[in-house]
Amino acid sequence: MHPTVCDTLLDVVQNAFEAGATRVDLSVARTGNLLSCSVADNGRGMDEATKRRALDPFWTDGVKHPSRKVGLGLPFLREMTRSSGGSFSLTSEPGRGTTVAFSFDLSNVDAPSFGDAPGTFTALMTYPGDHVLSLSRGEDGASYSVTSAELAETLGDLSEAGNLALLREFFSSNEEALSPAPVAPFAQPLLT
Amino acid sequence: MPKLTLEDLKKLRDQKVAEMNQRDVENKQSQVIVGMGTCGIASGAKKTFDAFIDELAKENLTDVAVRQTGCMGLCHSEPTVEVVVPGMPRVIYGNVDCDTARKIVSEHLVGKRLVSDHVFDKPAADIIG
Repeated sequence: MHPTVCDTLLDVVQNAFEAGATRVDLSVARTGNLLSCSVADNGRGMDEATKRRALDPFWTDGVKHPSRKVGLGLPFLREMTRSSGGSFSLTSEPGRGTTVAFSFDLSNVDAPSFGDAPGTFTALMTYPGDHVLSLSRGEDGASYSVTSAELAETLGDLSEAGNLALLREFFSSNEEALSPAPVAPFAQPLLT
Repeated sequence: MPKLTLEDLKKLRDQKVAEMNQRDVENKQSQVIVGMGTCGIASGAKKTFDAFIDELAKENLTDVAVRQTGCMGLCHSEPTVEVVVPGMPRVIYGNVDCDTARKIVSEHLVGKRLVSDHVFDKPAADIIG
């Protein structure tokens, strides 16, 4: 399984891009100990039978690699939620799109760690293709949101290494603002 | 770090563009393509991706394109990275951890020499078969 929640987000959002979506809405929000994520796309969607098979680790649609017999993205995610008391749901309609929603109880000792949000959002916002990714991010009431279209308009070519470095800085600062580091007891000078 | 807005980001970008105008245009055609399929992610491809961004910035190669792709069929040797530099063969590197990524930047992209012990040329058996 993937080590962190962010690794899972990378995987599931890519599925959405590969399903021919032109619009993907990613929401990642924590309230107290509950971390809720959802990835909603307007891609080609799945019928009931395909939806069931998508959760089988020994099945893939055969589009990318015709001889391959494994497809691990969604099965990994479902196992992560199952093994740590989280929730998982997959809803889909052919021609309309798919929504993957999942949550973790962060107080559970087996809950995965969150992982590297700035790096993950940088990678997702710059994934090549003709789509718009919208991110909505929240932590206990504080929030920010941004779309890949806004970032492309601001920065230009999102594949340039220099722009990727700037983007990472942008997400680091916004993530930091969501949950300011607690002030260490001796951070203030003792003598003034 | 103060929270950056899109406007701040635009200002930083404009500053960079001004610096970039003085640089070699050849780098514009160089590409680093990181495999970010399930296999790549599970093997740490995102850290590799981050290491490339960081090292390219340090070397001031900010206009090299860093792209992502899905599984390249070398799941046994993830993270995999394809490097395209004008005048050199297209190369797929395997087992590219952060240190190797930094080495690829200094030796392949800057020094124009292949990092031979990480070169792969053949996909996994179930991809060809």
